[in-house]
Amino acid sequence: MSASKHYPNALNENASASTDSPELVDIPSVSRRIFLATVSATSLVLMGKTMVGGGAALANAGLADPEQFAPDFFVSIAPDGTVTCLAHRSEMGTGIRTSLPRVVADELEADWAQVKIQQAIGDKRLGDQNTDGSNSIRFFFKRMRIAGATARTMLERAAAAKWGVPAAECYAENHQIKHKTNGKSIGFGELVESARKLDVPKESELQLKPRAKWRFIGKDVPITDLNDIVTGKAIFGIDARMDNQLFAVIARPPVVGGKVKTLDTSEAKKMVGVVDIVELPAFQGAPLFQQLGGVAVLANSTWAAWKGRDALKITWDDGENATYDSEAFAQQLKATAQKPGQVLRSVGDATGVISKSKNIVSADYSVPHLAHAPMETTCAVADVKTDTTGKATSCHVLAATQNPQAVQQAVGPALGMQQDDVLVNVTLLGSGFGRKSKPDYCVEAALLSRKMGRPVHVTWTREDDLKHDYYHAISAVHCEAAMNDAGLPSAWLQRAVYPTIGSTFVAGASTPAPWEAEMGLTDLPYDIPNLSLEVGEAKAHVRIGWLRSVCHIQQNFAVCSFADELAHHAKRDPFEFLLELLGKDRKLDMVAAKLANRDAPMDEYPYDIARLKNVLRRAAEKADWKRAKTLPKGRGLGIACSRSFLGYTGHVIEVEVTKDGKLSIPKVWISIDAGIIVSPDRVRAQIEGASIMATSQALFGKLSFKNGRAVESNFDSYVVAKMKDGPREINVDIVPSEAPPAGVGETGVASFAPALCNAIFAATGKRIRDLPLSGHDLSWA
Amino acid sequence: MPTIKVNGKSYELKDVPLDTPLLWFLRDHLGMTGTKYGCGVSECGACTVHLNGLAVQSCVTTLEEVGESEVTTIEGLSKDGSHPVQKAWKELNVPQCGYCQVGQIMMAAAMLKSNGNPTDVQIETEMWNICRCGTYPRIREAVKAAAKEMSR
Repeated sequence: MSASKHYPNALNENASASTDSPELVDIPSVSRRIFLATVSATSLVLMGKTMVGGGAALANAGLADPEQFAPDFFVSIAPDGTVTCLAHRSEMGTGIRTSLPRVVADELEADWAQVKIQQAIGDKRLGDQNTDGSNSIRFFFKRMRIAGATARTMLERAAAAKWGVPAAECYAENHQIKHKTNGKSIGFGELVESARKLDVPKESELQLKPRAKWRFIGKDVPITDLNDIVTGKAIFGIDARMDNQLFAVIARPPVVGGKVKTLDTSEAKKMVGVVDIVELPAFQGAPLFQQLGGVAVLANSTWAAWKGRDALKITWDDGENATYDSEAFAQQLKATAQKPGQVLRSVGDATGVISKSKNIVSADYSVPHLAHAPMETTCAVADVKTDTTGKATSCHVLAATQNPQAVQQAVGPALGMQQDDVLVNVTLLGSGFGRKSKPDYCVEAALLSRKMGRPVHVTWTREDDLKHDYYHAISAVHCEAAMNDAGLPSAWLQRAVYPTIGSTFVAGASTPAPWEAEMGLTDLPYDIPNLSLEVGEAKAHVRIGWLRSVCHIQQNFAVCSFADELAHHAKRDPFEFLLELLGKDRKLDMVAAKLANRDAPMDEYPYDIARLKNVLRRAAEKADWKRAKTLPKGRGLGIACSRSFLGYTGHVIEVEVTKDGKLSIPKVWISIDAGIIVSPDRVRAQIEGASIMATSQALFGKLSFKNGRAVESNFDSYVVAKMKDGPREINVDIVPSEAPPAGVGETGVASFAPALCNAIFAATGKRIRDLPLSGHDLSWA
Repeated sequence: MPTIKVNGKSYELKDVPLDTPLLWFLRDHLGMTGTKYGCGVSECGACTVHLNGLAVQSCVTTLEEVGESEVTTIEGLSKDGSHPVQKAWKELNVPQCGYCQVGQIMMAAAMLKSNGNPTDVQIETEMWNICRCGTYPRIREAVKAAAKEMSR
């Protein structure tokens, strides 16, 4: 996520002010037993001998066992041969906690049965830990290979020294070092003591395994947490416990930027189990990852805190967003999209050509605000120690976070501590979708713990989650094309208007940023001689954040729908038309188009039209696209393709719509080309899941605001797809590739919704331009 | 003093109000965190447990309503993950993040007890739990696999 560059650095350092502290209520003895399940910090240490004498965070975390051979942060070997891999990215369902260690183990030639996985603390020396933006494999595939190869090379050298032979005659195989000719072999564990005395080789001295010798990369293995998950033993953020912790539930201002006007705690104080009531200050300046403010009820159980919160009597000063109405705002966005915007990419003279054309097609698309709604709400527990003056001296956070370093960066300034001194352990995440890379909830826990002088666990209720999200932007996209005599567009104008994620980080930011526009707008792949790709102004009235697939949600919905509209306008087969629009096999000139390519090197990650056409063709072939023309009314195939997060997907979706408008999705075919794949089954799982999430968004996704307040507050009103709503069969085709690893998790979402709506058009003749589908009558005669 | 029976053991309710939902009693008082909170209004099924063998949503079931009934949670479904539903879940690598899966498993286990051979439509109707990761296609297959195993 590009927005991860914008870390908060000016958080409010004010202490949380207490109001009307009620008398302490004794905690019932039964509740003390719960703390047995405490996750210890020292079991999750950062490893590596290079860290000895390192920073404060390491001192807090404890040092690795000095008996171990630890040539790299990411791998260590114990004398009994146990290999420990450090998982520094967060596990939220992608399988990353298994996949990256698999890469290390493969290069090391380890026996997977002797590999253990440890979750890392937040520490910038590990590199990027923001598990977001479909970056994990792309960023760390090579790094993990180097970690494994480093350890392997040193073991080979240690064996060579022991045997008095050149290292080149030794090789690693399945947890042993062997000699090429003399038949000798020795286990990894037996070499630990001598290997740890060797110099760590430079990267240039390492030989990475050739692809033909990969044993784990590209092969499936169950995720490491599988058994814990199905037995209920897995620890998520909501399950995290610290000894003597209090449970907090918070009443936050219903309108972003609001403040407490009056507070009456008299009823809340009387609730059984309530220990204290603490007012949290409102955030200052841009929201960043600061606390929203409000009133926290601290109690001896989540339910007691929740009941206590219900009993609070608060009136709010709503502030400047008090009149926000998302229905009216959507109309404003649509109006703005009709007017010339800021041109971010221009080729030829699109407006000139369109103004002279007699054959113009235009359409307007919209997507409402969406919420992340991760299955586990945001939860964290923090333990802040203070000196006699109340100044924070240490802080330990245990949280379901996608980004433990962002927790350090947000919590440190909030407590007036150095960010590196904040110790952050990461639990499993009950999904994230981008919500849990925004650690406002960790700041809340830390501020409350400092105030209470004991650990505090903050649980967001589902209502909190939906009413106080960093929402996906509401949007309008306007498209216009001039069609030539051959039935192809000679000019394409597209204008996207939505509040920018930048507004969460810079107060008043009101224009979509180039990196947002690049997700499906300015990276338009079609071979059209005249282009004008523009964005328009929109002020944010809620916290705007990135949600899985981010701006591809609205921008690819428009691009891929409009291409289908043009195909039908030209009376062409949509698949054939798309191929022609994409044009000749070529690499898009990203320099000319001023694209940042997610900061990926353009030679390694070109925008390759041939690969995009390939996934499109493969999806069409698997779906037997030629059936499209022969399907009876009420059944239809829709097609779309996109490149997002550097990965390529082609989607074909088959729908059935009954005469009275009931939609079902019997089958979906998706081809994905994401370069080298580490865990094929997890890629399939991600694409299956992306299909369900995109189904949720397309069918039901809508979070509305009236008087500045979120209207939908739970799954009864913010509806998401259940099993009966989703595609009954999802066919995932992974393109074999030698290309460097690209995105997967977010990639699978981008062209799903437009392919679905294109299929609905094919089935019914009804063109859906405004999501969600639940607002439309799909019946036909 | 009132007691609650969970996984074959009885627990005395001391200083716990009887209007407390079973979910929070299990999680915060007994420390059995396998049962998950998802919505609090019986819309998502993450908190599903068995009450006398039937699936109920513990987020809307108070201790008073539980009364003398036998509660079974994931901690009591099997000792070691060997229930046929758990085995099928592992066999088909159903979980992604895993958060909702306990509720899914408890729901499936209860359903298969009363209907050993569910159709696709029955599975879709009865398995109404929400999974935001989108593991539905695999859940459907895992339920069928477990049904097959259990009918042996």
